[in-house]
Amino acid sequence: MLHSDRVFGLVVILVALAYIASALQIQTSFMSDPVGSKTFPMLVGAVAAICGGTMVFRPGEDAHWPALRTLLSLVLSVIVMVVYAYSLKPLGFLIPTAVTAAILSYQISPRPVFAILTGVGLSVGLFLLFKYALDLGLVPFPKMSAG
Amino acid sequence: MELLSNLALGFSIALSPTTLFLAVIGCFLGTIIGSLPGLGPSNGVAILIPLTFSLGFDATAALVLMTSVYYGAMYGGRISSILLNIPGDEPALMTTLDGYPMAKQGRAGDALVLSGVASFVGAFLATIGLMLLAPVLAQVAYLFGPAEYFALYLLAFSTLGGIASNNQAKAALASCIGLAIAMIGLDNNTGMPRFTFGNLHLMDGVDFLVAIVGLFAVAEVFIFIESHGKGSSIGVKLEKVRIPFRDIKNSFWTMIRASGVGFVAGVLPGAGASLGSFLAYMSEKSLAGPKGGFGTGVPRGVAAPEAGNNAAAGGALVPMLTLGVPGSGTTAVLLALLMTLNITPGPTLFTDRPDVVWGLIASLLIANFVLLAMNVPMVKVFVRVLSVPPAILLPGVTMISFVGIYSLTGSYFDLLLMVGFGVIGYVFRKLDVPTVPIILGILLGKHMEDALRRAMVLSDGDASYLFSSGIAITLWIAAVLGFFAPIFVRRYLRKPAAVSD
Repeated sequence: MLHSDRVFGLVVILVALAYIASALQIQTSFMSDPVGSKTFPMLVGAVAAICGGTMVFRPGEDAHWPALRTLLSLVLSVIVMVVYAYSLKPLGFLIPTAVTAAILSYQISPRPVFAILTGVGLSVGLFLLFKYALDLGLVPFPKMSAG
Repeated sequence: MELLSNLALGFSIALSPTTLFLAVIGCFLGTIIGSLPGLGPSNGVAILIPLTFSLGFDATAALVLMTSVYYGAMYGGRISSILLNIPGDEPALMTTLDGYPMAKQGRAGDALVLSGVASFVGAFLATIGLMLLAPVLAQVAYLFGPAEYFALYLLAFSTLGGIASNNQAKAALASCIGLAIAMIGLDNNTGMPRFTFGNLHLMDGVDFLVAIVGLFAVAEVFIFIESHGKGSSIGVKLEKVRIPFRDIKNSFWTMIRASGVGFVAGVLPGAGASLGSFLAYMSEKSLAGPKGGFGTGVPRGVAAPEAGNNAAAGGALVPMLTLGVPGSGTTAVLLALLMTLNITPGPTLFTDRPDVVWGLIASLLIANFVLLAMNVPMVKVFVRVLSVPPAILLPGVTMISFVGIYSLTGSYFDLLLMVGFGVIGYVFRKLDVPTVPIILGILLGKHMEDALRRAMVLSDGDASYLFSSGIAITLWIAAVLGFFAPIFVRRYLRKPAAVSD
């Protein structure tokens, strides 16, 4: 079995090396100081790589990862949030919020009717709160160009 | 006498009807936020910052509101610890040790009132301590040059990874990740982009609010999805609430001592409230000895960590205001608030903006009394809040986070970044990598690099300048000790695990 700390440590080392490599590419300008713009990032990258190495050689307790089913519902939640981020502007606040909140609620507690009610309730409730109590400029529905 | 005139200035600001109103609202919201399992002070303050900012409050008003939320959340954290055995946040863990057993004995009401009083004593004494110590430390802070600041930042990072975490490498790594993220954007000195990979959105750097809300609030949603919101129904019944005068009298000295311990722990940069409640509990436990019955539900075991926790919360404001180095996760979030409001904490804050500092301190005092008045008679109201099912609460948190960030920056990119930070926060929580150092790194990274670069300009590139003053050397030694000592101490001072049913 692969130990999560070891895997993570390796990933950290790779990312840290990439970070240092990318730091070396930083353009310098004529205005410069003794330290310059590369040194500090490279120091940080080096320390991070050492930490990664420590984790590879002296891992802590292994993490408990969720079962595949739960993992899938986590991935789904992330996708839903990303879609929500993109739909907030073109589709207005109410509909995307109701759908997203309902899906998230269903992921936490799988009761369909409850989830739908939560979605609608949160969407309307938060809209009223944001719009009228806090005076934020939210658009409730998509702006129709026709009809 | 200067202190009194300063206080008078503070109260003249804090006692205005608007500010007073904000303080009451903040205390109420804060207590609710702190008591909801899965929210906690850092989360709560984090998701409220973007909203506060888009409401367009002035600096004093925003600060009063958010610090009342902060103090309120510290009070509220104890409610879920005692009733549900779920600490609302890390420092509240110690309160579960005696609070939950006491609640199971049918003394939930007593435990809640006692812990409310203990919170008041701790927070009140700490605010007094803050008033006395902060101006003195501000004077000392004038002696700090870039070399000293660099060492101080290092100290903050190394102690933050200290006792609070279980693995030094992981804590240090988290700090590095934060610092690395802080480097993204335009270089202050040369004006050249760094690590932007040609992406225009990254030119301004990563907004720390996006990172905070992602790492704290969104990650929490994922945690709840994984656990399906298990273990959040109320297990103990709350009977009629009376004021347990005898317990309060008996644990009076415990509260005083715990406040002292907590305050000192809070003042240490980076150590914070977790260490405060931990040390307060452990010292009272060893004072009481095996006959004290700590861990079985004794009133003193409830009073000690709560007084310590709240005193540390006040103490943590000292380094935050005078040096710009936060002492805990939540103060890191408050520092983010100050930076958003364009207030630079540091010694000059005390001379340039006395209205902000003393208005803040006065409002803390007021908030404290409001909280005591709110928490003892109204404890039943807050208990009712606990029965909000997570399947409503967490989607709500998500939506508020999205709207907050969106109204602040108005960009999709920041929303995606926030979700990304949420995923990172979840994975790191699983891997036991602390996320608070990441926040601190993002907040302080540019300052730390600046300090290093200015020090090197002053010394013309001579690295020994970093160790050229007594203060700097002391800070370096403290940083090294603070980082490595917990490895050895941990063997003797084991953190008590949460009580299981």
